Amino acid sequence: MEIAGGGIAWLLDPAHWSGPNGIPLRVFEHVALSAAALLVAAVIAVPVGLYTGHTGRWGTTVTNVASLGRAVPSYALLLVFFTLTGALGAPTTLPTLVLLAIPPLLVGAHVTIREVDRDTVEAGRGMGMRELQVLRRVELPAGMPLILVGGRTAAVQVVATATLGALVAGGGLGRYIVDGFALRGEEGTARLVAGAILVALLAIATERAFSLVERRTVVPGAGTGSRSIGAAPRAGLGL
Amino acid sequence: MNIQWDWIAGNLDEIAAATLDHLWLTLIAVGVGFALSLTLGIMAYRRRSLYGPIAGVAGLLYTIPSLALFMVLVPFTGLSVLTAEIGLVSYTLLILVRGVVSGLDGVPRDAVEAATGMGYTASERLARVELPLAVPVIVAALRLATVTTIGLVMVTALIGEGGLGQLMLRGFNRSFPTMVYVGVVASVILAVALDLALVGLQRWLTPWARARAA
Repeated sequence: MEIAGGGIAWLLDPAHWSGPNGIPLRVFEHVALSAAALLVAAVIAVPVGLYTGHTGRWGTTVTNVASLGRAVPSYALLLVFFTLTGALGAPTTLPTLVLLAIPPLLVGAHVTIREVDRDTVEAGRGMGMRELQVLRRVELPAGMPLILVGGRTAAVQVVATATLGALVAGGGLGRYIVDGFALRGEEGTARLVAGAILVALLAIATERAFSLVERRTVVPGAGTGSRSIGAAPRAGLGL
Repeated sequence: MNIQWDWIAGNLDEIAAATLDHLWLTLIAVGVGFALSLTLGIMAYRRRSLYGPIAGVAGLLYTIPSLALFMVLVPFTGLSVLTAEIGLVSYTLLILVRGVVSGLDGVPRDAVEAATGMGYTASERLARVELPLAVPVIVAALRLATVTTIGLVMVTALIGEGGLGQLMLRGFNRSFPTMVYVGVVASVILAVALDLALVGLQRWLTPWARARAA
């Protein structure tokens, strides 16, 4: 409890809320890095997942790639990218986080489209829709909440893992943790704990934000259906 | 990518020792985590009001960044296996407790009632009907917890443990890329091997599922 108290006191000290090592700037760095990684990962993974989900081909490949991706530890990736690029900060951290976010996004997008009721899809085709229209007007609206579940998992993992960026001299909230550990003593521990609290809060806030968007995107009529089938694929995703 | 194959050939024993170390750290964490989670999960299953607090605490532990948790424990338990394991076990709890509870929740009511009708006591029913039927979901949680733990063991290199993480860190500090690459490849092989072993365990524990498939 004493440790937590020190961390909270550190957080409440106004001196820590301004300047180049201030909390607002570190939070901004952390969020910017996480958002960039998530965006790049989404641009890569979602179209691939939508394609494989729509055509039904490469399904096993997608699941295998994703589970192999999960087996590669982020910390190990960070060291590998640093060894390859030799660059400190974002050039090393960003690809690490992108690779971390791809598996849940890819599987999320793939499963989403696979789980949409085939009769509904056939009805769309029967109405004379072309394949792209089927994807855009039938499969995507029905599956949107589940895609966002994949996005939520990815986002929370990325926010938590962006902390490791500080090990390769990056910014973000990991700075407090790594610097606090190096500093030791009472001040060091307080800073370390404050950093941990901030990362945890940010991860929780990210989760909440995605849950809120999920609830908003349930399309009328598609809502209950996609919810009830959500449980099984979710278990498979480990969510 | 300049890999020095002769270093790998000449240091197979060091690589094997690091892999074994990694395996042990993982097995202890998942084993202890599972024992705790099974107990907590069964408690929560029998008494629903306990599930909220148990899941809450496990969730709270899960949100603490791994780097910080390991480091904050160092002043108390030192640079030791214990420090690493406290952190590692903490991270398995959320996944495993959820797995146990949702596995037990998924057992068909008919099967539970049939067992009760046959005169099974609550603990007989748990051991012979409910837990066996919950195996697939519980093993799914174990697989996830194991893969996650293998990754987290890497991070414990920063507090002097780490198995393959230690190997990677040494290579990193010496600017010797071969060690870094060997560490990551070995950890992936370890993860895939343990995952296959758990799939095998599930098949062995649920012979009826195989019979149905055949």
